[in-house]
Amino acid sequence: MVNYILKRLMGMVPVLIGITLITFFVIHLSPGKPTRLQAEMSPKISLEAREKLDKLYGLDKPVHIQYWEWVKRLMRLDLGKSFVDERPVSEKIGERIPITITINVLSLALIFLAAVPIGITSAVREGSAYDRISTVFVFIGFAMPTFWLALLLMSLFGVQLGWLPISGIKSIDFEDYNLVEKIFDLIRHLALPVFVSAFAGLAGISRYMRTSMLEILNKDFVRTARAKGLPERDVIYKHALRNALLPIVTIIGLSVPGLIGGSVIFESIYAIPGMGKLFYDSVMARDYPVIMGVLFIGAVLTLIGNLIADVMYAYVDPRIRVSGR
Amino acid sequence: MNRLTMFGLVVVAVMAFAALFAPFIVKHDPGSIDLQNGLMPPSAGHIMGTDSLGRDLFSRMVFGARISLSVGFVAVGISVVAGVLFGSVAGYYGGWIDSAISRFIDIMLCFPTFFLILATIAVLGPSIWNIMVIIGLTSWMGVARLIRAEILSLKEREFVEAARAVGASDFRIITRHLIPNGIGPVLVSATLGVAGAILTESGLSFLGLGVQPPVPSWGNILTEAKSTLGIAWWITVFPGLAILITVLGYNLLGEGLREHFNPHRKQ
Repeated sequence: MVNYILKRLMGMVPVLIGITLITFFVIHLSPGKPTRLQAEMSPKISLEAREKLDKLYGLDKPVHIQYWEWVKRLMRLDLGKSFVDERPVSEKIGERIPITITINVLSLALIFLAAVPIGITSAVREGSAYDRISTVFVFIGFAMPTFWLALLLMSLFGVQLGWLPISGIKSIDFEDYNLVEKIFDLIRHLALPVFVSAFAGLAGISRYMRTSMLEILNKDFVRTARAKGLPERDVIYKHALRNALLPIVTIIGLSVPGLIGGSVIFESIYAIPGMGKLFYDSVMARDYPVIMGVLFIGAVLTLIGNLIADVMYAYVDPRIRVSGR
Repeated sequence: MNRLTMFGLVVVAVMAFAALFAPFIVKHDPGSIDLQNGLMPPSAGHIMGTDSLGRDLFSRMVFGARISLSVGFVAVGISVVAGVLFGSVAGYYGGWIDSAISRFIDIMLCFPTFFLILATIAVLGPSIWNIMVIIGLTSWMGVARLIRAEILSLKEREFVEAARAVGASDFRIITRHLIPNGIGPVLVSATLGVAGAILTESGLSFLGLGVQPPVPSWGNILTEAKSTLGIAWWITVFPGLAILITVLGYNLLGEGLREHFNPHRKQ
């Protein structure tokens, strides 16, 4: 197992280098220098000041040297300073990441807990009314614009019914609450964002679960299990389910970038101070160091998500571990 | 053809019709401001009501269809061309070219697409042309993988050898013999891609980073919905439904096409 993880980690190195290249390339797509925009904000800035600014950010050097210096700083976890408030980017991202990861982990858990039973039951009862209704639900889930769903739920639960708060992650007087009230307050604030973030994934994963289960139910070993007289319950939950769950682990790993990307939308709608909101604000302010930092960290998180999925897969499926040596 | 595919086809046709003949369908100019009649609920004169500037919502929705569909089609066109190019070169030549392109695809897939799109928009600025190109250039990887797999399985077959034996060039073999064979799955993925591009465009425009007002798009009409929540339900409901139904239509049509091209389908 350790060998397998080490091997996967080694394989990540070229991908990581590629990620730095693309991140750097995207930010340097602009015909002018990034500081030009910052300078344009205050037209009074002199040519001299502009050159000083270029020098400060190393923009007077050739592009490949700039890239190399950026990577060198990156290896020391130095992502530069924000144009907006001069704070280190790593600090700004660091304080936002836990919120985004918490919401994403919660929505992954919700996806898993809801999608697996839905998928199994619709596969077992293929063609039934239940199966058809869940199919329709899946297609609607795929087609639902998340920001619209967020607005609808906000309007229903926040404005019309007044049951749930519509912005932020905690109430103003949060500090005065006792532990139980604090937890309850967080749940109330996170309910809508987590649901919205899970919605599209729920549709997709339950679909995969259904397909995977249907495939397994047609396998010989399932027929054997039935033939030897096992109760249908055991056939499905002991024999079929374990095998059908394998591809789902990978699919959930693959859904990580979508979830992280989606955080921009629901975090900016619900005013949640996470990485997505930080990214949105920096895009609006053209705060390039932060944009670069979040883009890079977002890709690294995806890479880590994939690694975890692969390791879990190897853990549940010994065949991978052995042949992966 | 099953009922769901039929539904998809009808939705796609109706939306395309609305987009093509927009000026002949609406009674009001989508840009004409009438502050006296702001935020009017749906009525005989304005069947979907008006926005805060008194503009007719139905007209803006119909013209918005034009924008959303054009973005969807152009973006998917770009992604199909890029995907077919990268995929066929990787699949046909193999070796280090294939490894390089496949690695590049892996790396592109690591980025949360929405982050990549927003970062590029931050650099290049939001405009309808930029988002078409950016959505296209961040969504070609699926098509590339499809075409690559298809060509890998076909390139050793007899008809390719025969073409090579009569002296056909690589370019001719790829474009005349290999790509046409993979066109089914690409068509499916392009149809689903239009749906995805419409969703992305509406999300970007909603955030103010896509199609810029006063040009109407379903996404940027919804920007106003947040400030009129609880006051003007029609501004929230109609554009969202339009996006949902259109995307659903393309997805169902795509699924129908997938069934159609699937060689293992039940007869």
